[in-house]
Order: sequence, then structure tokens, then C-alpha cells
Amino acid sequence: MNNASTNETAPKKQSLFAKRRKLYVRFAQGIFQNWRVALVILSQVLFFGLPWLNWGDRQALLFDLPARKFYLFGVVLWPQDFIYLTALLLIGAYSLFLFTAVAGRLWCGYACPQTVYTELLMWIERAVEGNRNARMKLDAAPWSAQKIGRKFLKHLLWVIIALWTGVSFVGYFTPIRELVTRLPFGVSGWSLFWMLFYGGLIYFLTGWMREQVCKFMCPYARFQSAMFDRDTMIITYDTARGEPRGPRGRQVDLKEAQLGHCVDCGLCVQVCPTGIDIRNGLQYECIGCAACIDSCEEVMKKMNYPQGLIRYTTENAMTSGYSKKEMWRRVFRFRTLIYSAILLAIIVAIAVSLSLRNPLKVDVLRDYGMMAREASPGVIENVYQVEIINTDEHAHQFIIEVTGLPGIDVGELEQPVTIDGASNRKIPLAARFKLPDDGWKAGVYPVVFTVRAKDDDALRREEKSTFMVPNN
Amino acid sequence: MSDFTSNFWNYYIVILTVLGLIFCIWLLVAVGKREGAKASDPSHVWDGDLTELNNQLPGWWRWLFWVVLIFSIGYLIYYPGLGAFKGIGGWTQIGQFNQEMNDLDAKTKPMYDSYLAMGVADLSKNQKAMGTAENIFLNNCARCHGSDARGTTGFPSLRSGAWSWGGEPAEIEQSITEGRTGVMTPMADAVGGPEGVKAVVAYMRSISNLDHDMAMIAQGEKLFADNCAACHGADGKGMKEIGAPNLTDSVWIHGGTPKAMEAVVVKGLNSDLKDGDFAMPAQKDVLSKGQIHLLTAYVWGMTHK
Repeated sequence: MNNASTNETAPKKQSLFAKRRKLYVRFAQGIFQNWRVALVILSQVLFFGLPWLNWGDRQALLFDLPARKFYLFGVVLWPQDFIYLTALLLIGAYSLFLFTAVAGRLWCGYACPQTVYTELLMWIERAVEGNRNARMKLDAAPWSAQKIGRKFLKHLLWVIIALWTGVSFVGYFTPIRELVTRLPFGVSGWSLFWMLFYGGLIYFLTGWMREQVCKFMCPYARFQSAMFDRDTMIITYDTARGEPRGPRGRQVDLKEAQLGHCVDCGLCVQVCPTGIDIRNGLQYECIGCAACIDSCEEVMKKMNYPQGLIRYTTENAMTSGYSKKEMWRRVFRFRTLIYSAILLAIIVAIAVSLSLRNPLKVDVLRDYGMMAREASPGVIENVYQVEIINTDEHAHQFIIEVTGLPGIDVGELEQPVTIDGASNRKIPLAARFKLPDDGWKAGVYPVVFTVRAKDDDALRREEKSTFMVPNN
Repeated sequence: MSDFTSNFWNYYIVILTVLGLIFCIWLLVAVGKREGAKASDPSHVWDGDLTELNNQLPGWWRWLFWVVLIFSIGYLIYYPGLGAFKGIGGWTQIGQFNQEMNDLDAKTKPMYDSYLAMGVADLSKNQKAMGTAENIFLNNCARCHGSDARGTTGFPSLRSGAWSWGGEPAEIEQSITEGRTGVMTPMADAVGGPEGVKAVVAYMRSISNLDHDMAMIAQGEKLFADNCAACHGADGKGMKEIGAPNLTDSVWIHGGTPKAMEAVVVKGLNSDLKDGDFAMPAQKDVLSKGQIHLLTAYVWGMTHK
């Protein structure tokens, strides 16, 4: 009832909502395409392979959310190690700043999952339905058994890849070797949900939605443009060299024909995964995949023209006619150096912190039901809970000591205390202070609890607390 | 139980919410009927080609809005949310909490059943069970009895070996389940004022081998026999049926100095809640049978290694 007006047949009505024009992306070949293929293979080998690696008798990479333990090869991180996630996000952010400031949307063009899986699904599409022309023909053709068969095969392969992606994704959160034995319906409801959800995203976003995700849904796509400046290398059509464009024979004298180097073959448009014409200049849709460079280089080669009619270059280089060397010198400008320095600092800091990370964590909590008590004449006791968190994977025996007042000790605590691997326990204890014969000034005294493993000197931690001495 | 102090706020919220929904529906219908794109005021043009038009909202967006609207109406009918209206689904916060607690109980039931089948002595040797018990103790008992269970003034130590209400497993279980409130009436007048109080305390200290005033013992002994022995026994060893503690050992829950002892004789205990309440609260509504059984073994095990 609400959209009745749009269905009315008023003659002069014009809608501003253009229907999506389906893109038939031509396959580009060249150095940048090779880079992308390499990155697709590398990232997918890692993504699909990593969950299958084992470390000792457990999965090497496992994020156990219910138990709140995060296994990264030799390290087990606990929620207390949240700072490393912050560091990871900072590294991600500064890498994005740096790469974008240097060469535009490198992330979008080569590494973003949307690009990577679109590439993957396009390979399948090309293998099943043929090249660009064959695909256009197939789509235009009436439905036939052959068409249905090809479409079915394509979607089947897409769905298989998408579902396996979902399984691998869930395999990072629940042990994958056990998970696959329970497929498909033996897995828990939430596992199944995330498999279908993640797999479904891959299928719909990279099979059906494709460039619309980058153009209309992705915030990164938009705000990366804000990180460009005049010294950022972006994919640029050299208008001065290319225009006036036009078709011509290979032997034509350009001066005579009054033509630039662009033969107007349209290949740069056909290979573009977002369907734009790079010759119109920098556009927000451009994901920086450099397919147009690859396709144009081939044409330039065939025409015996110099390379680089479309190339990575900076706005300053274009307007001021810098040489390649001058341009590169400006790419490593103050801004990128600062980003690099910060990035390096964070990486060094996280590496140092991880290598020095103490898998023992200790918390000392005073009992709040009582301040102090006189256990026997002249003996003052304060009660504490010493929580020992052993994030190491092996059980250890711990000794708890307290210092800070003459002769203070941990009373009748039975030592050593055994804490299992990757677990924690609260140890209740009474610290005991025997008053000297001439008494001790009442007050709150700082004390230090030291917890150390009997078998490992590196497992040692000191934790401050207070000890109260009442009037005596 | 209503969340509102006056019914005004109930209607206030109902009216605002309903009007808000009606407004949204009207807005959606109204913009749905609007004409499509129309080149409008040329002053709304920027950069040569960016034109501002009064355009129809995208269809997917409007449909999404309808979906959300219908969902919210259904939500307000099913769940409590429209003022004091409780919703037809019967959902409550406490209900969900209880449901989750029941789920947890069902999950831990096999474990507790196996513990309930074990005797206290065996259970106190079971390391895994005692690990669980320690957590229950630290979460529920340590606030008064101390994390190390040695208590403090007014709150008995569970490791002293002295049991006012009895130290057998069944008695400990009873103490935890039903709680304990020992009552002692103020005795100052009965024993004849401050002098009498001092004499009774002197006698009590003599039978538990503390330093005392020899001269007052005889008077104290008589006063004790007349006034205190009924509960604490002629020999002062207490009576666990009513929680009267043994006065001949070295354990003094409310302090072992003459001053502290005199204060108890004068004021009594739990007879006048103005001076504080030393009752042990019943845990039967807080802890399950299995948990209480575990705690019994944990507490009993402290003095039975």
C-alpha cells in the first residue's frame, strides 16, 4: 500500500534509482593480477589450513570463547591479555593508514576478503561459463538444459566453497578435527548457524552482490579516500598522453592523425570489477585493483607505445611532471615516515611484551568482613584471598610468601599450592604478624605477596597489599 | 508489582509509544505516496552537477522500516514494554533468571547427586569436590567466617574444634541449612550489678585457665551456678542443643579479654538487636542440598584431616 505511487503509470515519471547493471568482468593478466593471485592463494592457504595445525596435543590456533582462552601456537591468552587485541587492532589501523597513504586502496585491491573471494568465485565462473563474451551470450540465451546445467554447476561450486569457508571459520572457535566428524547435523546449533551465516555471506556478498558491497555498504571504502593526499600513488590515466583517444592502425603517425596513445579499446572498462572508466579520473568506486593497468599495458605493448598510460602515480607527479625517482622520494614523506615509525614501535612493543609475558597472574584481595584479628595473644592476623592464575599449559607448584613487616609469614598455609595448567584458584590464607614485646604502632602497613613456582624461576610475581595492625 | 510510583507514568509511556508508532506509520504512508524525482529549486545545486531533489526513499529502506514497525508492535504485545502492560508472553526478568538457574541446576545435578551419595568423611578427602566446596565457601561463607574460616570477633572460627551447636556432620549440616541463633539474656541485674558481673567473669576465667582474681571466685562460682549453669552446664562445658558454648576452653567467640567477657554478660546476645545480630542465617533458600552437603564435608574436613 505504501509504494502504490511508484507502480502508477504516470508517463513522465523518472526514477533516480538505477537498477544495477550486471558486470561481465573480463579477466586481466599482468603483474598486478599475479600479485593478487599470489595473495589470494597465500591468504586462503592460511585461512583454510591454519585450523588444521596442531600444537602438542591441541589445535595450534583456537579461540575458545566459552572458556575464554585463546590459543596462539605456544601462547595461551586470557581475557586479562586483552591489550594484545588492542595492539592487533592498532597494527591493523596503522597498516591501513600507511599503505593507503603510500599507494591508495591497496587493502581493497589485493587483500580484502570481499576482493579475494570475489576473485575466487570469478575463477569458478570463468571455468564453468567461459570468458566474458561467452558469459554475456549465455545470459542472453533462452533457458536450455545446457544453460541450466552450467548455472547449476557454478552455484553448486560456489556453495561448496562458501560452506567450507563457513566450516573453516567455525573451526577457529571450536576444534575443527572434531567438528568435521560431526557434520552436518551433529554440530551444535550455534556452530551450524555461524557456518551457514558466514558461508552465506561469502556466497551472497561475493557471488551476487560483488561491487555493490564496495560501492554502497563498505565504510572503509569511503573513508580511505580521506587518507589520500597529493603524494599518494593512485591508479591514474595519463590524460595528457592518452588524449585525444581514438581507434587507429598500428602504423598511423600520431601527430598527423592528431591522436594520443589511448586506442579507446575499452579493455580498461571491461576488466574493471566495479564497472568504471578509469579515464574519467579518480572515482570513489575504484578499489585500486590495477586490472586496468594490466590490460592497458598489454595493449601498449601490442601498439609499440611506451608503458604506463595507466599507472600508479601521484597527483603531484602528474601535475609537476616528476620523474619516477622524484615521485618515490615524495612518497616517503613525513606522513608515511611517522606512520611507519608508530607501526614499527607498536610491533616492537607487542613482540617484546609477548616475549616477556609472564604466564602467572596474581590477585590479592583482603577480606572485607574484618580488618585484623588477634589470633592468640600478641599475634595479629589479616586474612586474604590470593588468586593465582596459571595461564601456562602445565600444572605448577607455587610457594606464597609475604614480606613487609618483621617476621610476617603466611601462617598455617599448606605449601606448595598446586594449580593445574590453564586454570586459576583462590587461596584463602591468614598472614601472621607476631608483635614484638614492646608492641608495634597501630596502622596500615604495605606488604608484598610473592608467588613463585617451585620448578620455574620465570614464574614469579609480586603483588602489593596492606596489613592492618590494630591498637596493642 | 508496578515499576511506577503513580499511574500517570504508565499512561505517559503508553501514549508516547503508541503516538510514536502511529506517527511512523503515517510518515511511511505519506512518503510512500510522494511523487518521484522532480528537478527542484536550482539553488540546490552544488559543484555544477550535484542536485538536491525531493526524492522517494529507496524501496528496500521503506520495506525494512515496515518490517521493523510490525516487529515492534508484535514485541510490545508479546513482551512487557508498553507501560505497565505485562505482555501476553508472560516473560519476566526474574522468570528468565530462574529458568537459567534451573538449567544450571539440571546441568550440575548429576555431579551433586554423586556427591550426595557419598559420606561426609569420604567427600572431605575428594580433592575435586573440595575444590568446588572451597569456591562455594568463599562466595557464601567467607564474608563472616573469613576466607580462611578462622572467623573474627563475633563470628566463630570453624577450625578451632569448638562447636557450640555440635560438630558432627549432621549437626553441621543442620547449622548451615536452618541457620543458628543463640540467645543469651542480659545477666547484669541477675548477678547483682557490676560487682557480680566481675565475679562471674573471674570464675569463668578460672575454669578456662586464664589469669583471674582469686578473691572473687567463690562469689562468682555461686552466681554462675544460680544464673548461668542452666544453659552452660554446671561444669561450664555448654549445651549444644541450645548453642550454649563451652566456657572452659580457650575459644572466645566474642573476645577473651575480661572487658569483652563482661560486655557479653551485661548485654547478652541477640536479646536486643540494637547491639547487633549474631545470628547465622539459614542457607536452605540460597544453596541447594548438594551444595550444603559439600560445604558440610568441607567444614567438617577442616578439623578432621
